[in-house]
Amino acid sequence: MTTTATDPPTTPPAPADSARREALGRALRTPVLGPLAALVVAVVIFSVTTDTFATAGNASLVLQQSIVIGTLALGQTLIILTAGIDLANGAIAVLGTLVMAKHVVGGGDPLTALLLGVVATVVLGTVSGVLVTRLGLPPFIVTLGMLTVTFALARLYAESRSYPVGDQLLRFWGQGTTVAGVRLTWGTFLLIGIFAVFWYALSRTAWGRHVYAVGNAPEAARLTGIKTRRTILSVYVAAGALYGLAAWQALGRIPNADPNAYQTANLDSITAVVIGGTSLFGGRGSVVGTLIGTLIVGVLRSGLTQAGIDNLYQDVATGILVIVAVSLDQASRRRAAR
Amino acid sequence: MSERERGRRQSTAAPGPSGGPTPVLEARGLSKSYGHVEAMVDADFDLLPGEVLAVVGDNGAGKSTLIKALSGAVAPDRGEIRLDGERVSFRSPIEARARGIETVYQDLAVAPALDIASNLFLGREIRRSGVLGSVFRMVDAAAMRAEAQHQLDALGVRIPDVRQPVESLSGGQRQSVAVARAAAFGTRLVIMDEPTAALGVRESGMVLDLIRRISARGLPVVLISHNMPQVFDIADRIHVHRLGRRAAVLNPRDHTMNDVVAVMTGAADPESLGGGTPAAREPR
Repeated sequence: MTTTATDPPTTPPAPADSARREALGRALRTPVLGPLAALVVAVVIFSVTTDTFATAGNASLVLQQSIVIGTLALGQTLIILTAGIDLANGAIAVLGTLVMAKHVVGGGDPLTALLLGVVATVVLGTVSGVLVTRLGLPPFIVTLGMLTVTFALARLYAESRSYPVGDQLLRFWGQGTTVAGVRLTWGTFLLIGIFAVFWYALSRTAWGRHVYAVGNAPEAARLTGIKTRRTILSVYVAAGALYGLAAWQALGRIPNADPNAYQTANLDSITAVVIGGTSLFGGRGSVVGTLIGTLIVGVLRSGLTQAGIDNLYQDVATGILVIVAVSLDQASRRRAAR
Repeated sequence: MSERERGRRQSTAAPGPSGGPTPVLEARGLSKSYGHVEAMVDADFDLLPGEVLAVVGDNGAGKSTLIKALSGAVAPDRGEIRLDGERVSFRSPIEARARGIETVYQDLAVAPALDIASNLFLGREIRRSGVLGSVFRMVDAAAMRAEAQHQLDALGVRIPDVRQPVESLSGGQRQSVAVARAAAFGTRLVIMDEPTAALGVRESGMVLDLIRRISARGLPVVLISHNMPQVFDIADRIHVHRLGRRAAVLNPRDHTMNDVVAVMTGAADPESLGGGTPAAREPR
């Protein structure tokens, strides 16, 4: 293939203003800008309307409150990118906390406890992944079943009681350092770290591109030679590992493993993902969006509380935000399809 | 149109399979049944170097089964396939692709939300050299963009920015991206399954021009099409499929569209038209 038959018409160099227009077009298609703007607006509004919101202490608290849901939402993002959904993530993480805590309470080694807990969450995530990829069952149904089973298993394993944790290793992520009067927990750094890792994996590796392709156009992905089932399974396994981390973080936040905790964490994580601009139809979105989505939920809860507004209105606000986010996604997908 | 002439010259220089050059892709006696339905009965196939071979046939004639067997999507029950004279049997399209056979599908070919460069290299990403690539598995996005741009330019596909998502392109441009991908990675041949079926006239013309340019590079193309004027416009030879086997191979310069349709429907005997290559008449 030394030469082609004719000199192909080369692309004319794009004039500066059309290049600028393209850059603007790309920016408008970047889905994190909307959520980011919403976050900034929320922060500004609460800073102006309340005295207590715009304080370092409060910022630290919002971050700490976002860590467990943020980690669950990261796993949820991976699964939603493949056009799946995970209703069991909260229950899986709770089972993880119980495995860790019960082992230590029973006199076991904390490091072993930690490993056992993570193994449990990875196994449960893998079971969901195998059911989705090998049996071809819809993720919604698979994880609904896993939610019910895991919740029951957790209660059976816990013998319906909770296990307070005193061990320093298991409580590690709740400890931290104070920088300029602001308390930063190690869990906050971990959250940023794991988001950075998965941002990299999704945007800079072939695996990440395959995750997007599998969610966006499974048939096209298969035809290009991507092992679609293996890609999807890998996502559920990775999510399971993240749920293990979430369990560890949860013990750092509240050092008590309770089988009835985090019962709405699955829906809260989906809320964070959706508000962050990731499409429930798969193939579109980013972990940066999810991080912003998690913060939006945290800021709304904190700000509305400090503005003295009833808790139930916080749920109303969050619900409306979810519907707005999904409508925006629908509209942008419809525009893209034209 | 010089490319067109070039393509022609190449194919006229190539005589029939008996005594001529080895076919790039050759099949003998392919059969495939689905239960009681015989989709393919002793089907033969020859693709010569550098040619555009159109495959036509009525609905249900079994041409898609033939094409799937050639591209690795279906395993034939009997018969053999030879690639450059060497016996091959593909268990999946991925195996066929590894041997340099690329297929462009009517649709389903691209991931609309991904950008053009990502689509071109989907499943074949280039990794960065050194530790970044080997340990951190980092893809070389810049190299893939440059190479994608190069491939599109070489085929004369005008797309301002390979970072655009494919969904921002017109139907013809999207199909051009799929065709460019096949051309970039197809080292032996490219199979196109109705690549213009979903496109308008102007956009179809765009894709046909691409096929001409690919053929002018010396890469043979198998084109499945229902569109007779298109087939006559671009094909060097026409493989007519009927009742699960090859009924004739006709030369568009010696035959009319009516002849082709007559063979397709069984209204005419290929022998009486003087059609059929030596291979088609070859005794088994």
